[in-house]
Amino acid sequence: MITQLATLLRYRMLIHSLVGRELKARYRGSILGFFWSFVNPLLLLLTYWLVFTYMLPGVRAKSVEPYFLFLFCGILPWTWFQSSVAESAGVLIAGGNLIKKVLFPAEVLPVVTVAANMVHFLFGLPILLLFLLWNGHLSATALLLPIPMLVQLVFTIGIALLVSALTVHFRDISSILTHLLHIWFFATPVLYAMPESGRMHSVLRWNPMAHVLVSYQEMLFFGTFRHHRGLALAALASIVVFAAGAWLFDRLRDTLAEEV
Amino acid sequence: MTAAAVTARDLTKIYRRFLHRNQFRTLKSALLSRSLISDLRPDQTFTALDSVSFEVPKGATFGVIGENGSGKSTLLKLMAGITRPTRGSIAVDGRISALIELGAGFHPEISGRENVAINGIMLGLTRREVAERFDAIVAFAELERFIDAPVKTYSSGMYMRLGFSVAIHVEPDVLLIDEVLAVGDEAFTRKCLDKIGEFRRRGKTIVLVSHSLGLVEKMCDDVLWLRSAKVADRGDSKRVVDAYLTYVAGGEEALLAREHGQPEAAAALETPAADEPATGYQKGRWGSHEIEIAAVRLLDDRGHERHVYVPGERLTIALTVTAAAPVKDFVFGIGLFTADGTSVYGTNTHLEDFVPARAEGTGEVLLHLDDLRLVEGTYLLDVAVHRRDGTPYDYHRGLYSFRMKSRIKDVGVYRPAHRWEFAGGVELQAAAPRPELDLHEGEPPDDPAS
Repeated sequence: MITQLATLLRYRMLIHSLVGRELKARYRGSILGFFWSFVNPLLLLLTYWLVFTYMLPGVRAKSVEPYFLFLFCGILPWTWFQSSVAESAGVLIAGGNLIKKVLFPAEVLPVVTVAANMVHFLFGLPILLLFLLWNGHLSATALLLPIPMLVQLVFTIGIALLVSALTVHFRDISSILTHLLHIWFFATPVLYAMPESGRMHSVLRWNPMAHVLVSYQEMLFFGTFRHHRGLALAALASIVVFAAGAWLFDRLRDTLAEEV
Repeated sequence: MTAAAVTARDLTKIYRRFLHRNQFRTLKSALLSRSLISDLRPDQTFTALDSVSFEVPKGATFGVIGENGSGKSTLLKLMAGITRPTRGSIAVDGRISALIELGAGFHPEISGRENVAINGIMLGLTRREVAERFDAIVAFAELERFIDAPVKTYSSGMYMRLGFSVAIHVEPDVLLIDEVLAVGDEAFTRKCLDKIGEFRRRGKTIVLVSHSLGLVEKMCDDVLWLRSAKVADRGDSKRVVDAYLTYVAGGEEALLAREHGQPEAAAALETPAADEPATGYQKGRWGSHEIEIAAVRLLDDRGHERHVYVPGERLTIALTVTAAAPVKDFVFGIGLFTADGTSVYGTNTHLEDFVPARAEGTGEVLLHLDDLRLVEGTYLLDVAVHRRDGTPYDYHRGLYSFRMKSRIKDVGVYRPAHRWEFAGGVELQAAAPRPELDLHEGEPPDDPAS
C-alpha cells in the first residue's frame, strides 16, 4: 500500500493533467459547459424534492426541514461517490490503448476518475454553502468538512481500484454495479436522517458511507459534530478498503495489459 | 566493453490461449500465487518468447527481424515494460521511449496543444520540459496551423506526426521503434529517419523492429532474428538479414515445389487442340500424346532442382519425354509468362531452325537460360511438344512456376545488363554493393571468396 501511495504521488502531475483533460473533454461541445458540474446534482435534488414534497408528503421527519437543504447536503457528496464508482468500472477497458501500448501506470486511471468527480463536488460546494448561508444554516462546523472529505476520498479510491481491476476480468460487474449502487444509495442516509437506534441503525452502521454522510449533514445542516466516533470507524474502514483495493490491483496488474 | 543498455536473460513470455476459459481458477491463482500461467496445461498456453537472451550495448542500433508471430512485438512490449516476463528477466538502463503506437494517449476531444502536454507527461517529461520543447514538437510535426484544433479533426497522418514528434522529443536514452516509420508521406518518413540518425550520432540506443529489411540492414549495427519464439541468429546486420532472406526464400521454394509435384492432377483435363490465345491464360494440359512430356524439372547451375532464382543465374528447363512409337514430325517449345499471363518470352526448336529427325523411347530435352535477367516476381512456364503445323502432342500450360528474388526492387519484367555513369556537375555517391543472395544448397564447391 505504501508503494501504491508512492506511485500515486510520483504520478501526481500526470493525474493532475489527466483530470484537467477529463473535465475539459467532458463538457466540450455542450452549451452549459462547466455548469453541468452543479446543474447535475441540482436536477437530482429537484427530482427528489418534488417526490418527497408532492408525491410522498409526510414521509420525512420534522427534524430535516427545510428538506431541500437537507437533501442537498447529502446528494452532493453521494453523487461524487456514485459517479466515481460507476465510471471506474469501465475506465481500464476504455483506456486499454494506454495500458497496452504505452508504459502507463494503470492505477492512475481509476484515481483520475475519482479525482475528476471530486472536482465536480468541489464546484458544487460553494453553491451549497450559499444556500445554507441564505437560510441561516451555515455554522463554524463547516470548517471541519475536509475530514469527511478525506475519508470519502480514500474510501472511494479503494472501491474504484477494486471495481476497475475486477471489471477487466468480469465484465458482468459493470451491469450489476448500477443496481448495487442503487441499493447502496437507499442504504445510506441521504433522503432521510440516520436513525439513532433500532434495527435500521444496527444495519446502517456497517455502511462506512453512512457515517461519512451523517458527518456531512451534521457539519452543514445541523451545525454540530457529534458523530466523530462513527467517522473514525469509517476512516478505519476506508483505509482497510484502500489497502485491499491497492493489493488486488497490484496482484492483477500483470494481467491487465493482456485482458483489456 | 561498454555497459549494456538492454539486458535480457532467459526471457520467456507465455500467454494464455483461451482468455475466458478457466477464468475463476486462474484469477484465484493470480491472486494467491502471483502467476496466471503455472497451473495451466501446455495446450492452454502459447509461448510467444522462449528463453531469449541477448544484450544491446549502449549506443548501438539494434534490429529485430522475423516473420509475423515470431515474437517481435512481445519482445518490444517486454522491453517497454508494458508486460512482464513469465520467466527470466529484462533490464533497461535509462529513460525509455516506445514508438509502439503513435498518439496512443491522445484524447480526440481536446486540442493538439493540450494533448502534447499530457502525452509528454505520460511519456515521462515534467511540465516544464514539455513547455520548453513545445515549439520544437509542433514544428517537427508541421502542425503550427492546427495545434489548437481538437485532435479528432486531424487526418491520420497529422495524428501520427504529432505522436511521433512528442515521442521523439522525450529525449530517451533508449528508443524503441515498432514498424511506425510506415506512416506519413515520403517527406515525413525521411525526416523521421534523419531524426533517428541524429539519435544514433548522439550515442543513444535504438531498438528497431521492422519488416523493412532494407531499413534494418542500412541502420542497424546488430540484428536479432527471431523464429517461432526463439533466437534464430544474431550478429552483423548484413549477414543476418541475408540468412533471413535465404530462409524466407526457402519457404517459398518449398511452397512452389509442392505445387510443382502435381501436374498429373491437371492431366485429366484433355482439352482438344483448342488454342484460344487472347482469351486469357488458363492452366491445363492437352494433346494427342504421341510424344509425352513425362517430367519437367527446373535446375540451377549445379544441377539441383530449385524454384527460386536470383537475376543473373542460369536456369535449365529439363524435359523428360517419351514416345511410344517413332515420331518424325515434332517441335519442342517453351513459353515464359508473368503471373498475370503476360508473355515474357517464347521460343521453339522450329523457330530456331532445328530439323526433327527421330523421337523414340525416352529422351531428354534441356533448355539452358544462361543469364536469367528477370526482375523479382513469380513466373509461369509453358512447355509443349507438337507437330510443325501446331497440332499438339502434349501441351502443358502454366503448370510450372518459379520465383525470381532480388535485392534490387526494380520494376518491369526484364532487367537488361546496365550500368550508370555520371559526369560533369552531377555527382552521386557510389552505392554500397548489394550482391544477390546465394540460394545454393550446401557448401559452395570451388568458390571460397563467397
